[in-house]
Amino acid sequence: MKKLISLIISVAMLAMIILTAASCSSNTETVTALKDSLLPRQSVGTFTVPSDFKIGVILLHDEDSTYDLNFINGIKTVQAAFGMSDDQVIIKRNIPEGNECYEAAIDLANAGCKVVFADSFGHEDFMIQAAKEKPDVQFAHATGTKAHTAGVSNFHNAFAAIYEGRYLAGVAAGLKLNELKEAGKIKGDYPLMGYVGAFTYAEVMSGYTSFYLGAKSVCPDVQMKVQFTGSWYDETEERNAANTLIAAGCDLISQHADSLGAPSACEAAGVPNISYNGSTYDAGPNTFIVSSAIDWAPYYAYLIKSVVNGTEIAADWVGTIETGSVVLSDWNSDVAAPGTEAKLKELIAQFKAGTLKVFDTSKDNFITVNGEKLTTYLADVDTDDAFTPDTEAIKDGYFQESVHRSAPYFDVRIDGIELLNQKY
Amino acid sequence: MKLNSEKNHEPLVHLTRRAYMSPWKAIGIRGVAIVASLIVSGIVALILIEKLNANPGRIFDFYKCFIDGSFSTEGMTWKFFKNLAILLCISLAVTPAFRMKFWNIGAEGQVLMGMLGAIAVAKTCSSLPNWLVLILMLIAAVLCGIVWAGIPAIFKAFFNTNETLFTLMMNYVATYFVSYMLLVWVPSGNAMGIVNQETKIGWLPTVIHNYFLIIVAVLILTGILFVYLNYTKHGYEISVVGESNNTARYIGINVKKVILRTMILSGALCGLTGFLMAAGLDHSITSTSVNGQGFTAIMVSWLAYFNPLTMIATSGLIVFLDMGGSKISEVFDVRGALPNIIIGIILFFIIGCEFFIRYKINFRKKEVVDKSSKPEPVPVPQEEVKEENQTDEDEMPSAEQPAEETEQKEDN
Repeated sequence: MKKLISLIISVAMLAMIILTAASCSSNTETVTALKDSLLPRQSVGTFTVPSDFKIGVILLHDEDSTYDLNFINGIKTVQAAFGMSDDQVIIKRNIPEGNECYEAAIDLANAGCKVVFADSFGHEDFMIQAAKEKPDVQFAHATGTKAHTAGVSNFHNAFAAIYEGRYLAGVAAGLKLNELKEAGKIKGDYPLMGYVGAFTYAEVMSGYTSFYLGAKSVCPDVQMKVQFTGSWYDETEERNAANTLIAAGCDLISQHADSLGAPSACEAAGVPNISYNGSTYDAGPNTFIVSSAIDWAPYYAYLIKSVVNGTEIAADWVGTIETGSVVLSDWNSDVAAPGTEAKLKELIAQFKAGTLKVFDTSKDNFITVNGEKLTTYLADVDTDDAFTPDTEAIKDGYFQESVHRSAPYFDVRIDGIELLNQKY
Repeated sequence: MKLNSEKNHEPLVHLTRRAYMSPWKAIGIRGVAIVASLIVSGIVALILIEKLNANPGRIFDFYKCFIDGSFSTEGMTWKFFKNLAILLCISLAVTPAFRMKFWNIGAEGQVLMGMLGAIAVAKTCSSLPNWLVLILMLIAAVLCGIVWAGIPAIFKAFFNTNETLFTLMMNYVATYFVSYMLLVWVPSGNAMGIVNQETKIGWLPTVIHNYFLIIVAVLILTGILFVYLNYTKHGYEISVVGESNNTARYIGINVKKVILRTMILSGALCGLTGFLMAAGLDHSITSTSVNGQGFTAIMVSWLAYFNPLTMIATSGLIVFLDMGGSKISEVFDVRGALPNIIIGIILFFIIGCEFFIRYKINFRKKEVVDKSSKPEPVPVPQEEVKEENQTDEDEMPSAEQPAEETEQKEDN
């Protein structure tokens, strides 16, 4: 409905849009072919889907948001690989986090969808409501936290172990900082990183901490400052936050927000940038190093195969490097420090073998709080009204992220990371 | 006289206000506008939508989307009437103020505050019986709406502040207040989720269908408001204050009282809408829960010339287009902005045609001047009289009218 306000303006802009339409229609999916990606998006293989099978996808926004675009690209990949027709994949865009989500889910179920998927955190309760009403349809939800406690057997959560991708990106950052340090190019007494975050909550905190730990594993004296914007997509705010961090003396910037604000600010200032959610090489060819991202195609493939074959869908599904869900897109060897590639390949092998843990609490001087090694932490895994911490997350010498549920729950404030502000 | 007519060059085109147009002619103009809008939007869709571009034969699917968007299934039809009811309810809320020429554009915030009040009660009183919680929610929602509308009304009545800016700013205050309350309720800083999902305390009961109660409630309200505005002393006072503050004062109407009373009514209705949305639909709140409907309602009310009964049709039109637009996005797999362009084109024609209904375009009649050499002052030709009777222009005592009439006479 909000759209209607801007309708009149849309009409005025129509002529312009027509003029640009020809150029827009062709360049939707042209990822720059840089050097080989270290962890490229993998093929999901082939699979025969019955002609009466349908999947419905509910999105908070549309292609204009990189977050939702990532989900659209995922389902389109699977659609092409599995040879599904356009009628078999129904995408509902711009569905707010309210009763409309429930209506959309029911509508998709009525339209014959065997699986209905929603992409935004706030959709969760409305998906559960729909799942209770349509027990013979499977409902899947990305980033949600309630599937393992809701007791609704046809409702499922999914996320990816993106902290492993962040860690790898952090290693690339740390090696770059070492290079700068050797060349005497760091601005302060010690290497300093800046991080533009969206909100101060577990998903972002888990992300920047794993990034920081990656850098620290190769560059032990690194420190980090975090500036929050309070929005998932706000180009101006993100640019301002990046500029604030650069002015505070940061030698390298990374971000967890969806616009090109931070990468373009880095390019303007000549500060190296590690990106997220897809390559931003075009916005910063001289500063972009690498980007970690979640590829949702493997999850869609898993969902479709499970429903067609009649096998159980996990209440909490965690995509990993192994499943092809954690990817590093584009690799800019012009900016990255020499030798980074070999190091990352070695670490990827360790992740696959399960020998490397991001939140390793057994190492000395690695994860500390107020100077003391972190040995115990109660995380809030089971969502309740009071948000009480309930689960001991540190076991066997590491913080077990995404083990008790798929969505991240690491929200410890560790030494070496300074939060310049907080935004909820 | 001839000299005179040569000097006073009549412009090629000039507009005059119509006082009356026959309903059939008005409907005809609107019909032409709608057909034209469908043709133009079809052409634009053919250019912009890739799948249509590749396969122009699907253009009928494109038009069918509008029907399918609202009426393809029983659930969709319920949704159509529910959306209509909610938009209509907000439009009803802003209308009394608009009739008074008090430009209340704060419905967005007033509805949001109503929702907040209702949700706050549902959240804190979940141990009470459902009927009591519902009553408390209703009271809280209406009070919140009244407070949010009352503050600008007091400032308008006593300090003559600009109500448009004031109510607009109150929207932002409401949005941030909701964000703040969410932070208090949900410390993790994310979506609050459905309140009392298990117990369903503070949920409107289901009668026939989830949306049935909402639709009936709004229909009854529409009738009440129609009577209130047209057949009561209050309604008359609102109209007089809208025409002229001084006239109202002269005939002994307490203008301040009317402004306050009418804005309280506006706020209460907004709060009520907030209650319906909180208890009947979302059972949750985000800072964008009202989703711009508070502003769309302004258009609904204007398009209907502030008549509550006509608003049923205008809100229906807006909802119909909106749901059709969503269907286009779904069927042709295009991003949300594209259907908005289509809806924009259609609305542009529909709003634009109101101009031709309200105004008459007069072209210069140059032939007449050249041919008639001798001036023929007083008697107006028969044809002219007929035409003028049809449009009743001479009954309209406007400033331009006499001047125009003499001009025409001179020309002839």
